Amino acid sequence: MPSDHKTGLRWSNWNLLLILPLFMLITPWFNMDEPRIFGLPFFYWYQFLFVPLGVVCVGLVYVKTKDEPVVTGKPDKLGVDDLDEGAN
Amino acid sequence: MQWTELIVFSALFLLVTVMGFLAARWQKGDTLDHLDEWGLGGRKFGSWITWFLVGGDLYTAYTFVAVPALMFGAGATGFFALPYTVILYPLVFLPLVRMWSVSRVHGYVTPADFVKGRYGSHWLALIIAITGIVATMPYIALQLVGLEAVLRSMGLNGSGILGHLPLFIAFLILALYTYQSGLRAPALIAFVKDILIYLVILVAIIYLPAKFGGWGEIFNDAQAKFDATPSKTDGVLLTGTNQLQYATLALGSALALFLYPHSLTGILASRGRNVIKRNMVALPAYSLLLGLLALLGFVAISAGTKPIVNQATGRPDTNTIVPELFGANFPSWFAGIAFAAIGIGALVPAAIMSIAAANLWTRNVYKEYVKKNATPAEEAKQAKLASLVVKFGAVAFIVFIDPQFSIDLQLMGGVMILQTLPAVAIALYTRWFHVYALVAGWIAGMGYGMWLLYNIGNPAIGKAHFAGSALPLGKISIFGWHPFGESTTQIYVGILALFVNLLVAVIVTLIAKKAKWFNGTDQTDPSDYHVDEDNPRVKPIAAH
Repeated sequence: MPSDHKTGLRWSNWNLLLILPLFMLITPWFNMDEPRIFGLPFFYWYQFLFVPLGVVCVGLVYVKTKDEPVVTGKPDKLGVDDLDEGAN
Repeated sequence: MQWTELIVFSALFLLVTVMGFLAARWQKGDTLDHLDEWGLGGRKFGSWITWFLVGGDLYTAYTFVAVPALMFGAGATGFFALPYTVILYPLVFLPLVRMWSVSRVHGYVTPADFVKGRYGSHWLALIIAITGIVATMPYIALQLVGLEAVLRSMGLNGSGILGHLPLFIAFLILALYTYQSGLRAPALIAFVKDILIYLVILVAIIYLPAKFGGWGEIFNDAQAKFDATPSKTDGVLLTGTNQLQYATLALGSALALFLYPHSLTGILASRGRNVIKRNMVALPAYSLLLGLLALLGFVAISAGTKPIVNQATGRPDTNTIVPELFGANFPSWFAGIAFAAIGIGALVPAAIMSIAAANLWTRNVYKEYVKKNATPAEEAKQAKLASLVVKFGAVAFIVFIDPQFSIDLQLMGGVMILQTLPAVAIALYTRWFHVYALVAGWIAGMGYGMWLLYNIGNPAIGKAHFAGSALPLGKISIFGWHPFGESTTQIYVGILALFVNLLVAVIVTLIAKKAKWFNGTDQTDPSDYHVDEDNPRVKPIAAH
């Protein structure tokens, strides 16, 4: 798992899947009446299809990045406030 | 007066009232005299509770009446609610778990707490807190609009101040059990609310279209209605000028939603990172529901539903479309359940919003400027009182000032809360922006956004100002120069204001870096943003 401890950012290529649902915002691709399904114009059922698509994308990212290393134990450098908290 | 509806409604209302009071004892911690407990339910909600709580919080009663009302009035543009709530979860999936972790390590209760910790500036935190409170207040008032639409449909449509009495009583009860039980009350009631809402909408979406000749017929009726109006922007499809508006409004709303303090309250109350992640996968179930519900606006066109005239304002209230549709086409007992679903649907978000606003007031104003050495018990007391003030403020808004004012304010609220994105969301990833730059960007974005909204008029409804959030690109002027010429393509004002905000923030940051201005002290450590529930570094809950 590529990670960059210096900046505290972690990256997995699976995260790119989160961009896919944003394609829903390109309205010219679906702003049309035909073909209809059950009487629903294309405009509507196309957008409804993005609900399961979004779920699959986010779900995949969740499952695939679940085993990323979690931070356990204290790091070497403690902030002043962390030290303060112990005193409370 | 519709007695059957009223009796079913009252019975369910009574049920949630009892639950609201008993909630104080549900999963009780050692004390309720701490904001972790009163304001965040002990920070230990699991996946199911969080799903109901956040679902009940984001998909509000106002959404449930206003989105179909918008479809009824304007057509396809009202459907932006679907893309908005679909792109929302992929957008916030990663930042939200970072926010949870850093808040859990440092005991942050509000987004402004985080900003203060990140930049060491209580002034920046104050700006974020006030923005949050101001944006949330009209949102609470709008829940009352949803509740009142239902009450008036049931025949409680009195005129004058007395006409608002049922609303006042409902809110008084809500205020009392929120005061006592804190976030546990809406968390428990959300179960009832969401189950009712699912039941009602599934029945409505199966039963009603069949009754009016199927979807094909319904869409044709809707198109016929919109063809007959003089307006060029309505219709069952988007037009040439409002597509950009549709996309930017969905994007802007999605970016804004988790900046609202009440949304973060639900997230911070959850037990761990995986609870949040699972919810980002499961919450779109509500989006599906909202999309289906939106279509009821077109069903109402086919059914010939007429909005009822609000006796208090004397104008037809399109928000009564869905209650009227249900009332006319369902048997009375089921209409009663439907009304209760919407009514209780107003109580859950109203409670969470008032708690979130109270937390902001207590943590970032009271403790910072009024009583610096306040004990956790004093903080909890202050927050409880603040939640009462916030709620009665919202009632006063509706009763004494035109409800339209709340709708205008809510419009402004969305643009306002979006201006906290650099300080709250971007700061989760980087401290590149200078603290002065964040303040300057906020001022610029806020000023520009409010000025644009003020100048949007709609002669058709007789409003010269605050008549919407769609701005024709041709109106954009940079000191008299119109970069988009005479273009009539519309865009969402919030996105423009955010652009100006970021632009100013970047410029000021570059200046600040050149001048080597001090950029505040960061209380957080990079590893704080990945800490999970089983980590020894998490702060003990309700610790003194």
